[in-house]
Amino acid sequence: MDRTAVAPATDLLPPPDDVAPKAGKPLGRLRIIGSLVVIGLYVLAAIFGPILLKYDSVATDLGARLKPPGTTLPDGSFAVFGTDQVGQDVLAQMMQGARVSITVGVATLLLAGIIGVAAGLAAGYLGGWLDAVLMRLGDVQLTFPSILLAIFIASILGPSVVNVVIVLSISNWVTFARVTRSQVLSIKERDFVDAARTLGARSWHLVTRTILPSAIAPILVVATVELGHVILAEASLSFLGLGTPASTPSWGVTIANGRDYLSNAWWISTIPGIFLAILVISFGVLGDALRDRFDPRLRSM
Amino acid sequence: MTAYLIRRIVFALFVLWGAVTIVFLVLRLVPGDPAQLILGSDATAAEIAALRTQMGLDRSLPVQYGHYLGDVVRFDFGNSYRYHRDAMGLVLDRLPATLQLAVVAMVIALVLGIGLGVVAALRVNRFADRVVSVFALLSQSMPSFWIGIVFILVFARQLNWLASGGRGGLDRLILPGLTLALPVIAILIRLTRSGLLDVVHENYIQTARAKGLGERVVIFPHAIRNALIPIVTVAGIEFGKLLGGAVIVETVFSWPGAGRLLIDSISARDYNVVQAAILLIAAGFVAINLIVDVLYGYLDPRIRLGR
Repeated sequence: MDRTAVAPATDLLPPPDDVAPKAGKPLGRLRIIGSLVVIGLYVLAAIFGPILLKYDSVATDLGARLKPPGTTLPDGSFAVFGTDQVGQDVLAQMMQGARVSITVGVATLLLAGIIGVAAGLAAGYLGGWLDAVLMRLGDVQLTFPSILLAIFIASILGPSVVNVVIVLSISNWVTFARVTRSQVLSIKERDFVDAARTLGARSWHLVTRTILPSAIAPILVVATVELGHVILAEASLSFLGLGTPASTPSWGVTIANGRDYLSNAWWISTIPGIFLAILVISFGVLGDALRDRFDPRLRSM
Repeated sequence: MTAYLIRRIVFALFVLWGAVTIVFLVLRLVPGDPAQLILGSDATAAEIAALRTQMGLDRSLPVQYGHYLGDVVRFDFGNSYRYHRDAMGLVLDRLPATLQLAVVAMVIALVLGIGLGVVAALRVNRFADRVVSVFALLSQSMPSFWIGIVFILVFARQLNWLASGGRGGLDRLILPGLTLALPVIAILIRLTRSGLLDVVHENYIQTARAKGLGERVVIFPHAIRNALIPIVTVAGIEFGKLLGGAVIVETVFSWPGAGRLLIDSISARDYNVVQAAILLIAAGFVAINLIVDVLYGYLDPRIRLGR
């Protein structure tokens, strides 16, 4: 029976047909292309920005301190986003920061992804005690607020770019492990895997050549969503002084520096924050769009 | 129910043991000597050796671990070298301020999150739904420390409506509370919206309508009650996360809670306080999870009977 037929016309809640996402709607493609364009611009700015606009973390120019956005500096250059407390151009600092933040984000995802996918493959394929140990370990870690774990480990390791990557990888591998494991569990029962096994394929071949390629799409979707989270977490750690050191300032460092000058130089903290939020939103939108397109079941993850 | 309770308590203890062990291992296995860290770089080799003996660092790792577990069970985390008193007591003194902030944030999050989620579900795919979705996306994607800074800039510096920091009454709680609440609001909006939309298809809703109940009665007691079950779990987990997020928000708003003590102690290398704060917050997190699990089993009998 058609359920919408019984619902009275004055429904506050819509009939089910309206709720189901429309397959292949143009909005999905628009979301993917739009967010990719934004992310592409950031990557370009991160690669070429610091070459065009030199940023030197130790240089100071007291004559150009705390100039508002749109000021022409004494040396003739134009500061679109103003200057900070030591006379550094905020735009130059932000593009340098984009380089740091994106590098940390990608490196973290690679490390967390490799650890997590390996753990997920092992747990899902081998099962048994290894599966139990790895997944309980993941449960325990997820029961512990990840920012707290990151703060703790970062405080012991000290601020450096490599340490941030290590810290954030430790708090992110579980997501990859869980997604990979659930994929492996369903894929390893499929006929094509049985077929390969019957033909004499060994475990290594089965895992790397038949199971992993089929599991890769959801892993990539999760990676996209996580990239935004990782960049946000890196900024938080840097804001607390536990992330990247002042010599390689990420956005979090710049925002933290501007905190002391809020009343007379609002732009130092505000502008990098807006650009950080736009990048994180783009990864969120891209991840959502990819998930809707390739694997709607991941919604619950 | 008893078996279910026991299972949950055993898991909670297991998690706590895991947290204690992780803290121990990180402190002992990471390059760098805790004695060296405490004394700083200008300490002589003799001073470091003396402190190592005093701290028991010269003994084997399993022996150290045993002693450490014994100390943790007795809530003995040693003294804070900055304040010359027991580390755990110091953290416990600051805890009420953090809890106050977290509770205010949770109340704001529940009211706004569920409220906006219901609005979005009632107006699904229409303008109000889109506005709420965009709001949820924004509040999830903006870094909380930055939102806090912008709030201070706008409401404290420019408009002069609210105080920018320090502990006090409601006027000092609103900004940090809202900042802390925003990511939780986003999660609750999505959950309420999708929960309500899922429940509409259930037979009992059709029955309620067939009985001729008004649409508002169908939604408010009937639909929302079942949509609330997952909200209880998530709200509990998020409350635990608020304790972690409070570290950042307390730093932005100079709120004198346990999180700020943690950050101050990290920069002062007061590791006994760091351990005490982390383990106390972790214990709070685990306790909340346990309460939620039990509450969940109570609300939904299928959970405690299954498995």
